[in-house]
Amino acid sequence: MQLCAARALLKTPLTPWRTRPKFGAVQKVLTKPSAESIKALVLRGPLPPSFVGFFGCKLLRLILTVQGLGAFALITLGVMFSKLGTARSVLRPLIRSQLAHAGVRLLPMVLFLSFALGLVVIGQTVSLLSRVGANEYLGTVMVTAVLRELGPLLTALLVLSRVGAANVIELATARALGEVEALEALGIDPIHYLVVPRVIGMALSVFALTIYLNLCALASGYLWAFLQDVPLKPGEYVQQIAGALEGLDFVLIALKTCFFGVIIATVTCYHGLAQPLRLEEVSAATIRAVAQCVILCVMLDALFIVIYLVG
Amino acid sequence: MESARNSNRRAVIELIDATIASRRAPGTVAVEGVDWTVEEEDFWVIGGLLGSGKSDLLATAAALTKPTRGTYRLFGQDISPTYDNECLTERLRVGLVFGEGGRLFNQLTIWGNVALPLQYHQATTGAEGEMDERIAALLETLDLSDHAHHAPSSLGLGWRQRTALARALTLKPEVLLLDNPLAGLDPRHARWWIDFLFQLSAGHAVMDGQTMTIVVAVDDPRPWQQPGNRFALLHETRFTLLNDVQEFNVLESPAPPHGTDLL
Repeated sequence: MQLCAARALLKTPLTPWRTRPKFGAVQKVLTKPSAESIKALVLRGPLPPSFVGFFGCKLLRLILTVQGLGAFALITLGVMFSKLGTARSVLRPLIRSQLAHAGVRLLPMVLFLSFALGLVVIGQTVSLLSRVGANEYLGTVMVTAVLRELGPLLTALLVLSRVGAANVIELATARALGEVEALEALGIDPIHYLVVPRVIGMALSVFALTIYLNLCALASGYLWAFLQDVPLKPGEYVQQIAGALEGLDFVLIALKTCFFGVIIATVTCYHGLAQPLRLEEVSAATIRAVAQCVILCVMLDALFIVIYLVG
Repeated sequence: MESARNSNRRAVIELIDATIASRRAPGTVAVEGVDWTVEEEDFWVIGGLLGSGKSDLLATAAALTKPTRGTYRLFGQDISPTYDNECLTERLRVGLVFGEGGRLFNQLTIWGNVALPLQYHQATTGAEGEMDERIAALLETLDLSDHAHHAPSSLGLGWRQRTALARALTLKPEVLLLDNPLAGLDPRHARWWIDFLFQLSAGHAVMDGQTMTIVVAVDDPRPWQQPGNRFALLHETRFTLLNDVQEFNVLESPAPPHGTDLL
């Protein structure tokens, strides 16, 4: 009899000590698992070993992420408009702080990058264009490659790496430490206080930094062309650029850069705030956020290329 | 006379047959079958062991989380079905002080932390002109004036906990909920807290002499014994109303020997 009891005990899987309820807290399991717990299991649980299960789980994660991101973006948009005039004295300093973090403090890095970009583009194209006697297309190359594509995308990636990643860590830590709940207890909407200033600040920062990067890249492009003895006067270079630019360029560059900022802010805030995280999960959330930002920015860029081609 | 006064008191928080889910372990019940009415001017002391669900109960009482079952009323308004801005006015009448350092915002100074609710709700509360005076008076009363421009992380637990109390009092709430305010405090700070909360309950100058309804969730209820205080126990997911602090003796029963729960 004792042997049977011992065998039964051995067959019983033991609960790990960490997951056991504490003394005084006899916790009863709710009859139905919540939707959040199922979602968390799909999103963060281990991937199944089978081929079909692996891809099925990946597909489910993709759908849940798209759904979550979409819902979060719509909620943010709703809060932004419904609380347009609320607590301006609190939000203005937060937006200014975001502009300083994601804009002004990144300016030296952006200027260095633009200087290097001018060198890379002009250094490579001058030798090619000189060989075929097409130096008059130097400005066109700068507009097509730098102003329209490389400038906005590089700025977005720079803001993402310097500010976006820090955003996830900051917000996820605040959530894990209960600061977000403290905001709710004070009747402060966390989306309004934490997300809206970041979205506005990053959209304006990416836009402004792109303008600086583009202007500086154009100047450094001419400098490198001058150093390589290209027979091109500054006036001709400016005329080439002005000739290559269209009215649509200004609108699309402004829209594209603002959307890049919105994407970076929304995705990083979503990964920092939307799910309850433990401190040890913050790094994984940061990696996910950065990867998704890069993918979404590139996809948006591709969409704008299509608009250019059609327009 | 006393009973006539009591019968006129309004219910400020009502939980009827409520089941509250645990926030730490999603999918599990923290407390169930809660029938609890907090009336104005009450001083409630909720005792319970670590992990017994005190924080979950307070979060529900402060309208932060909704009960998974049952009814929840705040100032007579049933706000169980939806938690939106419609009940913001009611929620602002309840102050919540978190334990373990009060969950202050580390990017703000002590002044910034205390001023934030007033700055954010300026339009709602109409307290635009008197903000600086209000914050200064609060910091002075809670002996925080010298630390006003320090970061929370540079202060000890006792001062951070006081800052959390000041932050909760900024909007002059009618009800104050405190989650384990004495945890980790030295006897001097602990004595200050008990005396100050009793003063607040009776009507303190910093609250313009208005009496307050106070609910304190604690591990050790013995220091909170005072005539007129009401007691409740959270134990093994049950919420039990007690008549006297002596009935908390169940909390002192020894823990089961390690490993017996496996068998």
